[in-house]
Amino acid sequence: MTGRPDVKIETELQFFGKMTASISHEIKNVMAIINESAGLLEDYTLMAEKGLPIDPERLKVVSRRVTKQIRRAVEIAKNLNSLAHSVDHFQKSVDMGEILELAVGLSTRLAEMRSVTLDLKLPTDPVTVITSPFHLQNLIWQVLDFAMDASGEGKTVGITFKKEDGAVKIRFTGLAGLKTLPPDKFPTEKEENLLLILGTMIHQDAEAQEIQLVLPK
Amino acid sequence: MRVLLVDDEQELVETLAERLGIRGIEARWETTGDAALKRVGEEDFDLAVLDVKIPGISGIDLHKKMKAKCPALKFIFMTGHGSHDDFTAGSAETGVDYYLLKPVDIDALIHKMNRLMSQ
Repeated sequence: MTGRPDVKIETELQFFGKMTASISHEIKNVMAIINESAGLLEDYTLMAEKGLPIDPERLKVVSRRVTKQIRRAVEIAKNLNSLAHSVDHFQKSVDMGEILELAVGLSTRLAEMRSVTLDLKLPTDPVTVITSPFHLQNLIWQVLDFAMDASGEGKTVGITFKKEDGAVKIRFTGLAGLKTLPPDKFPTEKEENLLLILGTMIHQDAEAQEIQLVLPK
Repeated sequence: MRVLLVDDEQELVETLAERLGIRGIEARWETTGDAALKRVGEEDFDLAVLDVKIPGISGIDLHKKMKAKCPALKFIFMTGHGSHDDFTAGSAETGVDYYLLKPVDIDALIHKMNRLMSQ
């Protein structure tokens, strides 16, 4: 099986576009909160200049709000940086926990927009695989995108992984909607291309309400 | 003027409401479409300021539902995207051109509020 080159390029660019658009939107929200907080401090200053007392507690609230948003921005920038560097090497040893934490970090806002919760549970023992981190990240997003639609009334997608028979199995659980979605809806040509690049297999189990990605160790 | 601010970023609407309050504008806030719809059914508002993207519902759809509930209510949209396409699509669909880009300039917001209320 060979994938059409344009589908491969489209899939990769669309993934990058989707993630960076979401990140830029989130950064704008952070900036908006910091902007309003700075404006509020200015309002307090003007009020004080007119002789109105300022409650120190109010100043502490605004200060804590700015600090919280700066921490949030640092986390967003860290995720963006990790995504950007995922194309440095197309074959390297990666920590599965780190890959999934980044995937959830990048997807949480998009999930929230669909009122879906992503519930990541990592095993205590670290597991590494040799793979293309960018394409794996892209494939995980494609699966999450579909899994959110398949999360049914529970609106929660569980994500976990384990080593099994020399392979690494990533499980996307809680997909009650798998039974009602047409079986030919997923995987599409986009996912098939990524599976081919990564040498990965995908299994859908409507009874168990889950999708599994099986990566060669 | 009574204003309802709707955005999933609680700290944004909380701060904006306080700043509008300092300027004599009574502002309340909600962070979900459902809560906003409930609120406009319970209290009188002159104007709603909506984020274009709210979890579970688009600002455009929320606008339609709120308008059906309170036909006299006027609207301003805030967007973190700010592309020309978003603006054009939103304006065409809602029939209003009161869009503000985040971060919002409070003076520009109040100016648009006053213009809208005087129409």
